[in-house]
Amino acid sequence: MKTSMWGRLSLLMGACLMASGSIAQEGDAERGEAASATCVACHQANGGGMNIPGGESWPRLAGLNANYIAKQLHDFKAGDRQNATMVTFANMLDDQQIADVASYYSQLPATPGQGGDNADEALLARGQQLAERGDWNAYIVSCQSCHGPGGQGVGETFPGIAGQHAGYISAQLNAWKSDTRSNDPQNLMGAIAKRMSEEDIQAVSAWYATQPAAEGEATQ
Amino acid sequence: MSNYHRYIVIALSSSALAVGTGLSLYAANAFAQQEERADAALNQLVHEPPTMEDLEDSDLHPELKKVIRYGYDLFTNTQQLRGEYVFNDMNCSSCHLGEGRVPFSAPVWAAAITLPDFRGKNQHVNNLEERIAGCFAYSMNGTPPEYGSDEMLALSAYHQWLATGAPMYPDKPIYGRGFPAPEQPETPSYARGEAAYQENCAICHQEDGSGHYENGEYVFPAPWGDGSNNWGAGIARVETMAGFIYQNMPLGQPRSLTGQQAWDIAYYINSQERPQDPRYTGDVAETAERFGPTFHNRSLYGQTREHDGHVLGDHANFGEKGDIQPWNVGMPRFENLSEE
Repeated sequence: MKTSMWGRLSLLMGACLMASGSIAQEGDAERGEAASATCVACHQANGGGMNIPGGESWPRLAGLNANYIAKQLHDFKAGDRQNATMVTFANMLDDQQIADVASYYSQLPATPGQGGDNADEALLARGQQLAERGDWNAYIVSCQSCHGPGGQGVGETFPGIAGQHAGYISAQLNAWKSDTRSNDPQNLMGAIAKRMSEEDIQAVSAWYATQPAAEGEATQ
Repeated sequence: MSNYHRYIVIALSSSALAVGTGLSLYAANAFAQQEERADAALNQLVHEPPTMEDLEDSDLHPELKKVIRYGYDLFTNTQQLRGEYVFNDMNCSSCHLGEGRVPFSAPVWAAAITLPDFRGKNQHVNNLEERIAGCFAYSMNGTPPEYGSDEMLALSAYHQWLATGAPMYPDKPIYGRGFPAPEQPETPSYARGEAAYQENCAICHQEDGSGHYENGEYVFPAPWGDGSNNWGAGIARVETMAGFIYQNMPLGQPRSLTGQQAWDIAYYINSQERPQDPRYTGDVAETAERFGPTFHNRSLYGQTREHDGHVLGDHANFGEKGDIQPWNVGMPRFENLSEE
């Protein structure tokens, strides 16, 4: 990990956040635990979220990068990421509380992804192919070229997707595909999602739901 | 035989399709069928290389399949040769995107059907193995596996297999060959390039160009510095870098930057330091002059950086490989052939 670079990048991103009306700040996991009372109904006490087939799946937050979580919360508040449920809860948190809950969830041990167990072998094989090699005939680059080896995330920009719930991953890819989510840097995700078929989306979602997540920051 | 193993000589009516349509179609399918291939010029050789799935389905000998798979593995994870043949952070597929198959990302099957041929860079006839060896010496800042070695044979086999069905020594230009540079509206600017780099590239490649490792595993390659290619690599030429960027970056968004941005970013990246050219004579000016006509006239090697007076390449830092000399660099060839 190139700490100094990420430090500087964080500063840069902090400046960007400030420009959009919010401030990146140090989170306190203990305070975050208290503030997370507002989150547990959906994201669960262990931060594991829940896969809900046919419904709105709630993502696992446990073990995700703190700055990634914080950015999403700020984006919900600012309207840069849209979700009717989340905007309500994000609005209950001030900047310090956002930093605190982000820190808290990042330090919880990751729980397993759900929703991939019933996928057949062919779908998982397609998912693995897209995850590790992509499908360049359709100009779909591999997931791991940005989300890192094993899809375990890269820094604060590219979240870990391994061990995330299939229902959540597919909902997000579909959101990018239909332009209802666009808070990724430089359209990096949006451009790829738009080239993915519905089957591709189901395949990567199932594949990553069956893969082990990166361990939380507390254990690194 | 799989229908993927085919080549098509296309004859499009160039006036029929607008450029803008061509770009979006290109992004949607790198190997679009000929009637959709709006940006292909008249009379080019279009070849769609087989995929690894095609390999499994093919009738090739199982032992050959193993070797081709090994070649693929070396190509996409060249870091497994780190410390032996590779001494920077690159994989072959860092520059040859899409497993060496994708048009406009220097698809490597082109080498398999055009070599042996005379090569300007080293002024003699090269075959495929010697061409690959050049990548090890320069782009990988390393030293090549021996000719005929398992590694070299496997890499060659992968290249040749990708060319399955394409004609040797084609009489038409190859569609998507190399990294074609865009038009250059204005002379590249270091300051504009720096700003555009920080805006469009730094999120992955880092502000200082060091690329990114996550938990010790390579993710984003280093555009400059010790982890990158050395001064003798083809992409150290500004035009080649501009072409690479324009056609391939940001990842997943080919041709999304303007031509000017691509040239500016290329000029900025290639104005940074990187490991010394293995052809270094001990003097940067002498090296730049000796290899100027065949190479460095198109790089910034030996030039003085305007904003800080730094002379590019004026150092004896060979990167991680230290004093290892790539054995192929400067190797004399065909000395017994008489002058004609």
